[in-house]
Amino acid sequence: MGSTGLFLVSFLIVHVSINSLIFLNDSGESFNAGAHFMAHNPVIRIVEIGLFAGLIAHIVQAWVLTNENKKARPVGYAMVDGAANSSWYSRSMGVLGSLLLIFLVVHLGNFWLPTKQAVFAHEEHNTFENMKQVFSQWYFVLLYLVGVIALCYHLLHGFQSAFQSLGMNHKKYTPSIKKFGIWFSIIVCILFAAMPLTMFLGIIK
Amino acid sequence: MGSGHGTELNLTLKVWRQKNSKASGSFETHQLTGISTDMSFLEMFDVLNEKLISEGKEAIAFDHDCREGICGMCSMYINGRPHGPKQGVTTCQLHMRSFKNGDTIVVEPWRSAAFPVIKDLAVDRSAFDRIIASGGYVSVNTGNAQDANNILIPKTDADEAFGAAACIGCGACVAACKNSSAMLFVSAKVSQLALLPQGQVERKERVKKMVAQMDEEGFGNCTNTGACEAECPKGISIENIARMNRELMSANIK
Amino acid sequence: MSKLDSKIPEGTLEQKWTKYRSTVPLVNPANKRNLEVLVIGSGLAGASAAASLAEMGYKVKVFCFQDSPRRAHSIAAQGGINAAKNYQNDGDSTYRLFYDTIKGGDYRAREANVHRLAEVSTNIIDQCVAQGVPLAREYGGLLSNRSFGGTQVQRTFYAAGQTGQQLLLGAYSALQRQVGMGAVQLCSRHEMLDVVTIDGVARGIIARNLITGEMEKHFGHAVLLCTGGYGNVFYLSTNAMGSNVTAAWKAHKKGAYFGNPCYTQIHPTCIPVSGDHQSKLTLMSESLRNDGRIWVPKKKDDTRKPTDIPEEERDYYLERRYPAFGNLVPRDVASRAAKERCDAGYGVGNSKMAVYLDFAYNTARYGRTEAAKRNIQNPSQAEIMRLGKEVVKEKYGNLFDMYQQITGENPYETPMRIYPAVHYTMGGLWVDYNLMTTVKGLYALGEANFSDHGANRLGASALMQGLADGYFVIPYTLGVYLSAEVSRMSAEKDKTDSIDKLKTKHPAFDQALKEQTDLINKFLSIKGTKSVESFHKRLGLIMWNKCGMARNKEGLTEAIAQIQALRKEFWSDVRVLGSADEFNPDLEKAGRVADFIELGELMCKDALNREESCGGHFREEHQTEEGEAKRDDVNFAYVAAWEYKGVSEWELNKEELKYENIKIAQRSYK
Repeated sequence: MGSTGLFLVSFLIVHVSINSLIFLNDSGESFNAGAHFMAHNPVIRIVEIGLFAGLIAHIVQAWVLTNENKKARPVGYAMVDGAANSSWYSRSMGVLGSLLLIFLVVHLGNFWLPTKQAVFAHEEHNTFENMKQVFSQWYFVLLYLVGVIALCYHLLHGFQSAFQSLGMNHKKYTPSIKKFGIWFSIIVCILFAAMPLTMFLGIIK
Repeated sequence: MGSGHGTELNLTLKVWRQKNSKASGSFETHQLTGISTDMSFLEMFDVLNEKLISEGKEAIAFDHDCREGICGMCSMYINGRPHGPKQGVTTCQLHMRSFKNGDTIVVEPWRSAAFPVIKDLAVDRSAFDRIIASGGYVSVNTGNAQDANNILIPKTDADEAFGAAACIGCGACVAACKNSSAMLFVSAKVSQLALLPQGQVERKERVKKMVAQMDEEGFGNCTNTGACEAECPKGISIENIARMNRELMSANIK
Repeated sequence: MSKLDSKIPEGTLEQKWTKYRSTVPLVNPANKRNLEVLVIGSGLAGASAAASLAEMGYKVKVFCFQDSPRRAHSIAAQGGINAAKNYQNDGDSTYRLFYDTIKGGDYRAREANVHRLAEVSTNIIDQCVAQGVPLAREYGGLLSNRSFGGTQVQRTFYAAGQTGQQLLLGAYSALQRQVGMGAVQLCSRHEMLDVVTIDGVARGIIARNLITGEMEKHFGHAVLLCTGGYGNVFYLSTNAMGSNVTAAWKAHKKGAYFGNPCYTQIHPTCIPVSGDHQSKLTLMSESLRNDGRIWVPKKKDDTRKPTDIPEEERDYYLERRYPAFGNLVPRDVASRAAKERCDAGYGVGNSKMAVYLDFAYNTARYGRTEAAKRNIQNPSQAEIMRLGKEVVKEKYGNLFDMYQQITGENPYETPMRIYPAVHYTMGGLWVDYNLMTTVKGLYALGEANFSDHGANRLGASALMQGLADGYFVIPYTLGVYLSAEVSRMSAEKDKTDSIDKLKTKHPAFDQALKEQTDLINKFLSIKGTKSVESFHKRLGLIMWNKCGMARNKEGLTEAIAQIQALRKEFWSDVRVLGSADEFNPDLEKAGRVADFIELGELMCKDALNREESCGGHFREEHQTEEGEAKRDDVNFAYVAAWEYKGVSEWELNKEELKYENIKIAQRSYK
């Protein structure tokens, strides 16, 4: 889980970086250039396959682990005081991940699919306009906000957890990794959340 | 008597009763009055059992032995937490001054597929013995040892190994973990021996065998919630789990 | 002529063991595979013996009543383990450890055994370190030592306050290794109920599977009892709740003599009883006496808080009575002195059965040193105490926490209240030099035997003895008997009804099984009115009051009568619920308490017979004018080995103790 998770995190960095180009508020010029590059560069095309493979692996792993874990405790406790020993989101990675998956399906339908259709039809796709259109509808904005919050908590636990799973726990470095993980999760998610919000509110035009 | 600040509590106890591993269990409710705050949690159970016997009812079976927090035998899941509300203590070290008059206390056995219930609150933890038998040792026959001071061990390494070796094998880590994972227990032994020069020869084989046995016993997977570390009465750190992950990866690569 | 043959080898003291173990008959590897050894108990003695014997090639079965061998009560030993390594270059030697042990035992131990113990002590440390036991280290990577009561050298190895735990886990891992290799069959949650003897030779045991209640027959060419001590006869002790005498007692009833049952060690520093609900007592390590000063108020019934009692109104009675050793007198002396003060009405706490163990003086001393180290000029009193507390916390933090957890009081702020409690039993099954009891093929190791500590055990010597017996003595001495077994087996090869062919099908097994099954059914059929626990409590009270720290003829005679009456009442009015074919802790306990009651009577009888005071046995009739113990070497320099003759009937056998290498002297700690 750790390695596929970190791999997906690396994608997030690229994704949030390119999308943040909208904040230049240049009517999507820079952003569309970035999106075009991502949609047409052959290296990125290959990496994209890897990304999907990683995502599927992450989901399959989660599914297998969850099943095993359920089997490991066939009779549950009548009373559990989980808050006493762990954070709620570390115990809810499955729920958060499922929320993310639902969000992802909608998200791909909103953006990835139109881009792909355009590529196959050899048409130029204006992703920026696509965004403005989607984020003009309040229910999409709301869904995206929920998705981003789920992502934030998923990352809050997942980031440092990945290092632990990969055997990287060190008295000297782990506190920094944990701090970095928290800031990373919050910043990435604020940036992602700002996109639908600013567009819905008409700040980014 | 005694320290003199003991007061008395009236309590409601909801205790899991289960005839044997095959039967299905249920909660039984008992009222207790006049429980001294100087009593240990298990002494409160002694009082309850004496009461039950005097009423002609079978006593509640629970595991306990040393009653000073070192043998690892006691194992009650109290109000949603292994070993109850206080951190860093076993059930036998928990005292009634940690509760308030009128409290309802819910007591369950450790719950894990790998720890089947024997009766009431007693469970079978022999899975832990089998994991140790699979590799939790240094292969040295009696009489083969060199002089103890021929092996120099830096104090920091010895102390760290000791920290891992402090595990009492109670199973609170498994009980606390939402996945019933035994990673903290297994990693404590793997760490102790990986940190010491004596453990180097079998280092790679050991971690592979112990993890394989752990999986075979039906424990769940570690998702790093940290609940085990928080509930461990001996404060064993999840650093050990990371070390075991590392050991396993390097053992598998080679 | 005594019936007892201790089989001490010839030769000088120093050469006895070396020569003996080099000349004892051996069993060849092929024959070892055909020899089965049953080990009862999985503490230091049991686990180390089982692992070592399995490594040698014997077929071994281990039984323990706990859910895992790792839980045996050796695990609770705090302080350390002695070994004559002389790593500190402070003049330690095998002889000195031997001498200290004999003297500490008040000249009531067997010289040859104790010298062997001192000899192998060094091998134990080597073995444990090789297993990965994390003993404390110095910064240079070498092993660290500390000092303990009754000695003037630093020979105690330790692992923080958890030495017993670490050593046991070492032995347990060696045992589990053999289990993993299939050389040892582990029977946890099994309780031995009887030893099966055929023509006076041990051939196996009857055990009850505690989960299913099934009664099992197990054959063995030798049976090793490594079942610990019987301190729980007092109900309240520092022993684990399950610690019991049943295996040893059943062996006693089958012909094994019981040696010196009255020798009980009362540890001076335990947390006092807090009320009638008390189920067990917790020890505060002896090491605390290094930095704590023991006192009571000079005024009777002083109800002021200890911190409000001024210095000149405190009686540091150990320092007053024993200026040379002060707070570090041996355990028996310190315990009696505390009892004397409390009996005289100077005790503290609500029960008035406690004395103070005060760290304020040494906390201040550490604080001043620390202030000097940190170059703090004219530190305030508060500053000194703050710095001192840091040092004390570093040294004893876990013990202070444990104290606070149990009592609810903060020992950094107010003195600890302590009182003596039953801790260890020096007595046990009589064994010869080979550790064999008076039943052939039946051995006793560790605390279960009587052999090495005389009338008082020194601190950090119990772990040493358990592991010595298991790792380094029994692997050699068992061969003496088993090699003869091999010859017998080959001679009886063609006999169709030989024990080797019949094994557990021999009628003696069925007979023993039936007896034990009947016994269990008896418990369940009495259907009386009183719980097992209540009988145990009453027995404990009788024992503590009349056969505890101080004993006299009148009290002991009364106690015997009371115990006999208690036994009758038990067998007519005990209430044991549940059934025999299930996990039934109450039923298990019934069997243990029944045996404790019988043992209690023998202990009183032994104490009554021993008209002297020695070590842990203090007869009020035999004391000096200053109230010190008075030994009688002319009439009592012997081991009292009791032979069971029937209910309440025993015959005394004496093993003369000969001191050829040590001059017997009165102990003095003044």
